[in-house]
Amino acid sequence: MQISLDINGSLRDVYLDPRTTLLDALRSHLGLTGTKKGCDHGQCGACTVLLDGRRVNACLTLACMAQGAKVTTIEGLGSSDALSPLQAQFLNHDGFQCGFCTPGQICSATAMLEELAAGWPSHASTDLEGPFPLSHAEIAERMSGNLCRCAAYSNIVDAIQNAAKDGDAK
Amino acid sequence: MTQHLKVDAPDHESRLDQMAQGVLGEPVSRSEGQHKITGGATYAADAGAEGMAYGVLVQASVSAGRVTEIGEVPGVLAVIHDPRMLRRAAQGMSTEGPDAGPQQVDFMGQSVALVVAESLEVAQAAAHALQVRYEARQVPVMPDAVDPEVPEDKQSATGDLDAAMRDAAFRVDQVWHTPSQAAAAMEPHAAVAQWAGDCVTIRAGLQMLGFCREQMADALGIDVGQVRLLAPYVGGGFGSKLGINAEAVAAAIASRQLGRPVKVVMSRPQVFDLAHRRSETTQRLRLACDSNGVLSGVGHEALVSNLPGSEFSEPVTQATPFTYDAANRQIVHKIARIHRSCAGSVRAPGEAVGVTVFECALDELAEAAGIDPVELRLRNIPEMEPGTGRPFSSHKLAEALREGAERFGWADRVAPRARLEGEWYIGMGVASAVRVNSLVESRARVTLTPQGRAIVETDMTDIGTGTYTILGQIAAETLGLDLAGVDVKLGDTDFPRASGSGGSFGAASSGTSVYLACAEIRDKIADMMGCAEAGLTLQDGTARCGNIVRRLDDIIRTPLVGDGHLEPGKTEDSVRQATWGSHWAEVAVNRWTGETRVRRMLGVFACGRVLNHKTARSQCLGGMTFGIGMALTEAMEHDPRDGHMVTRDLAEYHIPCHADVPHIEVHFLTERDAYVGPLQAKGLGELGICGAGAAVLNAIHNACGVRVRNLPATPDKIIAELEI
Ligand code: FES
Ligand code: FES
Repeated sequence: MQISLDINGSLRDVYLDPRTTLLDALRSHLGLTGTKKGCDHGQCGACTVLLDGRRVNACLTLACMAQGAKVTTIEGLGSSDALSPLQAQFLNHDGFQCGFCTPGQICSATAMLEELAAGWPSHASTDLEGPFPLSHAEIAERMSGNLCRCAAYSNIVDAIQNAAKDGDAK
Repeated sequence: MTQHLKVDAPDHESRLDQMAQGVLGEPVSRSEGQHKITGGATYAADAGAEGMAYGVLVQASVSAGRVTEIGEVPGVLAVIHDPRMLRRAAQGMSTEGPDAGPQQVDFMGQSVALVVAESLEVAQAAAHALQVRYEARQVPVMPDAVDPEVPEDKQSATGDLDAAMRDAAFRVDQVWHTPSQAAAAMEPHAAVAQWAGDCVTIRAGLQMLGFCREQMADALGIDVGQVRLLAPYVGGGFGSKLGINAEAVAAAIASRQLGRPVKVVMSRPQVFDLAHRRSETTQRLRLACDSNGVLSGVGHEALVSNLPGSEFSEPVTQATPFTYDAANRQIVHKIARIHRSCAGSVRAPGEAVGVTVFECALDELAEAAGIDPVELRLRNIPEMEPGTGRPFSSHKLAEALREGAERFGWADRVAPRARLEGEWYIGMGVASAVRVNSLVESRARVTLTPQGRAIVETDMTDIGTGTYTILGQIAAETLGLDLAGVDVKLGDTDFPRASGSGGSFGAASSGTSVYLACAEIRDKIADMMGCAEAGLTLQDGTARCGNIVRRLDDIIRTPLVGDGHLEPGKTEDSVRQATWGSHWAEVAVNRWTGETRVRRMLGVFACGRVLNHKTARSQCLGGMTFGIGMALTEAMEHDPRDGHMVTRDLAEYHIPCHADVPHIEVHFLTERDAYVGPLQAKGLGELGICGAGAAVLNAIHNACGVRVRNLPATPDKIIAELEI
């Protein structure tokens, strides 16, 4: 089927098998291989992208369902000469090793900080009304959909805390 | 000329400490990091190619037997069932292709065929629909269902352990069980194969390209020169990508047959079935000590499993003979030949489960003897290697224990069940860390261009280990360049053959070959400057000899090339080489639910020279987190009827997630190990896992008084023993 996707700000027309997931559409049909496939089952978070700013597992989203939404992938968050604050802090704090889960972690963290700002509570929140301090427990809880077998977890939390501070400073 | 070094004698010169650039060891950020955080790093499955077809592996649905018929499916390019396709993955450092011939089935889930189609969706559906008929065979799948092999060369005994146990003031005699465990690297195994004439190029996720190239040539029945492997980025390995596996061979065969590039990526469940598992183990520990806690007897018996005909057997007791002193000792090693998926190396084969269980037993002995667990360990550290009398290349266990106790606040530890916060019991645990150390032959080429840039080339891999960065730092330090002035090119068998990534030897082995290549260039520069190398200082792109200072880009007219070649030598045997450390954990155990939360963790490690404090620390974080998983959540469950892996995805096999991992601290002890050559650096990719789980399990006991000897310590096992 012919569909049209708004990806990182540009409209892309693509002809796909209706079974094609958003993940495979990005990776195999649109040349955007930054988004990774770690499980294809919604269990690892490596495929996390933003749909209208909210994080989703691209492997659990059919490409045709993403029509009309704004899709943001790791390639759309920043580039080598214009890193997003999160990307820069992941680099500083060694928030990755092999790097395979990293695009998913960064996309996920990007939306997670928005969720925090929007006042969404989590299982780790002590008060449903907020405010939500950027504690280790709060971040770790909210990032638990993104697995990292290299286990950069401790560093990823540091990176997110510092990126959030950078964001506040601006 | 090649700068060749066989490490036959210790290198006390510490030449690297006399270099002037000051970049080696610094906690600089990963040089390839920009690519990883922007999505630009290209892993095997990211490769596209004109006219590419997609292959999906089909797996056996019987535990053993023979394939009698492969059906047909419409709409595909090919269904391939070729005698060269693999039945199991190659073991690390093997130079031959592993067992092939998918007509025979050795375990449920083995790959038997490849379906290739124009699109992934069609290939997946067709692989699902493909009918395969078998003549099945009844086979044992449980370790206790067979009489195990007892290979003579894996048993040893000195003194009289039975007598030592009888006469001991305090003793432990218990049995532990660890389940099969998975490497579960986040990148599933993937390969893209493409032929040009009689030569094949395969882009794949592999750890050791030199060995894999030999395995691949043997598996395909072609010459090594006809195989080129590319693995510039590898999404984690942990042993699972040491050798070639079914997807890469199948991709190569299919690509040849169809005359077009073929990509084969394993699904996550296929990774669980087809990558080597760490064997489950049953370990009996017998420890005997006198009234002062001095060990008189150590017995370590292990039962592991593997497929018939597989040479690998989990070397559970590898560190037992040399970690602690005891006059009476016995090692027993048994292998059950059963039809579960193939067992092989997973991060720190041997010590990961062997040290962990041993350190749990030692905690029980300390409790029995009423001696502080740190003190008990300190009382049993040998001066020389027990049994052989060889010296240690370096030995930092005592320092790691003392330093760790201080940093962790060990003095605040109280008796079991004595610290309750709300509904949580709090406890602390300790364990020693130890892992054997070795070097593997490695080559590298370094080119210094007339522009004063260095290019490092070797077929080494960076699987998250920081290789790009540390090899760049070694070259920058030795040649007096800014790190940005060094390009490191890895993961291509067209480059000189390196050790590969495995067994914690990658950094030291490949790093030394890069150092040697740079040393050759230093000699050439000294010649040009008319001085001895010893008097040459290279810094910030300039060369200095006495009063003469020249810019490198002024004096170099044609590229200077250095070739480094490292071989392990006599120091492999003349001393006992190992890395040492200590693990510390504080846990909270819920008094009603038995749930365990790790609250903080500290690792203190000595691994010779630290090449980059940032990436080295990350390696340790990774190992320690594997230890959390081993202690609390990770278990591959095999169906007792047919042996198949039940927990074959990431929702069933629980690797630690963000919420399971606290802030972790890592501290490195200052050390140089002269017996590993001029780099004086040892491995640390595995040390972090060796004993980490024991610190957690011992902390659980200190918190709530429960000993879990059947890993992992899930809430059900704890609550069953909790006294309310
Ligand atoms: S690939 Fe989508 S969650 Fe794992
Ligand atoms: S960096 Fe390797 S899985 Fe996260």
